[in-house]
Amino acid sequence: MAIIVKRPKLKWWEQLYLPGIVKGLAITASHFVATLTGKKKVTMQYPEEKWDSHLPDHYRGAPALVTDEQERERCVACQLCEFICPPRAITIKPEEIPSDDKWAKVEKRPKSFDIDMIRCIYCGLCEEVCPEQAIFLRKDYAITGTSREEMVHDKKRLYEIGGVREGLVNKWNELK
Amino acid sequence: MDWPYLIASTVKIVVFAFMMILPLVALSVWAERRVSAAIQDRVGPNRVGPLGLLQPVADGIKFLLKEDFTPNHVRKGYYWLAPALVMIPSLLTCAVLPFGSSLFGEKMVIADLDVGPLFVFAIASLTVYGIVLAGWASNSKYPFLGGVRSTSQMISYEICLGLSVIPLIMIFGELNLGRIVQYQAENGWALLPLWGEGLSLKGFLLAIPVFISFIIFTTSMFAETNRLPFDLPECETELVAGYHTEYSSMKFALFFLGEYAAMIIGSGLAVTLFLGGWSLPFGWLTPEEGAAVPIWQGLVHIGVFFAKVIGFILFFIWIRWSLPRFRYDQLMRLGWVFFFEIALANVILTALILMFVK
Repeated sequence: MAIIVKRPKLKWWEQLYLPGIVKGLAITASHFVATLTGKKKVTMQYPEEKWDSHLPDHYRGAPALVTDEQERERCVACQLCEFICPPRAITIKPEEIPSDDKWAKVEKRPKSFDIDMIRCIYCGLCEEVCPEQAIFLRKDYAITGTSREEMVHDKKRLYEIGGVREGLVNKWNELK
Repeated sequence: MDWPYLIASTVKIVVFAFMMILPLVALSVWAERRVSAAIQDRVGPNRVGPLGLLQPVADGIKFLLKEDFTPNHVRKGYYWLAPALVMIPSLLTCAVLPFGSSLFGEKMVIADLDVGPLFVFAIASLTVYGIVLAGWASNSKYPFLGGVRSTSQMISYEICLGLSVIPLIMIFGELNLGRIVQYQAENGWALLPLWGEGLSLKGFLLAIPVFISFIIFTTSMFAETNRLPFDLPECETELVAGYHTEYSSMKFALFFLGEYAAMIIGSGLAVTLFLGGWSLPFGWLTPEEGAAVPIWQGLVHIGVFFAKVIGFILFFIWIRWSLPRFRYDQLMRLGWVFFFEIALANVILTALILMFVK
């Protein structure tokens, strides 16, 4: 069904265009003045000003591995994150923990743990699926490098970003 | 050979055209971007130099280093000629603009012609050849359409431009821009007759046709310089980039700079004719005609002229970022049906006022 658009009937002074032009100029001038006097919030000047202090707690930045208070690496190389990762960014090579180790009863740990940050989509599924609270998405977002190799975070780098995290569930403690 | 005259002229050309107009072109490109940004609640270029003031320099270097590509299907000779034909007339017209009273006993105008406005219109209308040649020589459809549009638009609005100045020439009885400014300095600006002889019934009555003239002149100036709301020759949404679609590198930059140079000269002419050129309001610091002017007064006059021109350029920019583009038939209707008739009636109105009001 066709819609008939009603054209407003203009008064003679409106047909002169000039009042309309002046009105338009007034609107743009008000924006100009507001921006110049800093009343209007404009774009953040990125490299100088950053979002860092405004980032919410649930911000999903670069994924990283964490150690706990006992300096135990929490990852047990179950590879659930590797399986769930949608872009297959994670590659884990598990190894056995030798029997003379303090944490021998954990049995498994990652020999190597690589996250390809070119592939990572920051979805957070790895953090969600982890049964050991070992991988967390941190607030780092400016992940850059000059080569593809540099963009693959290895185990050492991941622990560096992740650091020590306290107050996690300790199911491997001697006390339990 | 009249050596002192030649040397003085050369110095004036170098100082005015190359050390004032061209930097002003660069500055207005910067202002365009910063003002448009502020109007749209953005920041604009602020990285190169303080406040981004060196941005035009960076742009210039970019234009020079880009590949100067000539497509295979163009008419080479005309294709190369066109950008120059856009830039040169704009710079030539600044010869007759009085940009100051006088310094060291030298009149601050490059060529003190007795046919000022006519010279400007004659030379400025050559710009259309550059655009037509660009559209034609590019040998592809969008430049062609842009060229056609531009030709008809510029020819139509040149008539309004010429007609709108006639009332002023009748009032001043003078075609020498320098003496027009002197007259306005003593007897009130054409748009602001608040001192001297302008402060009378006749002066106030004459301000009405002058105001109508001013609106027609300014609007036609927008059309002549292909600025929004009349930038149909290069409207991106329909014609890619119009007549300069096939141009790149410095040849494109010449079109770009030509537009801004034309804008500055247009502003200069409007300021000279309607707003009293280099003179201060209320006859302050107005020298007697032909009398010696102290150096500091001469410098103040030059500063006043450029302040007015810059204000006018800011108005150009302000309009550009406020109004949408006209449709093509609306543009032609506005030019031929309204402005042409109003300008003619305005001439008669001025004549009647001049005849009957003493």
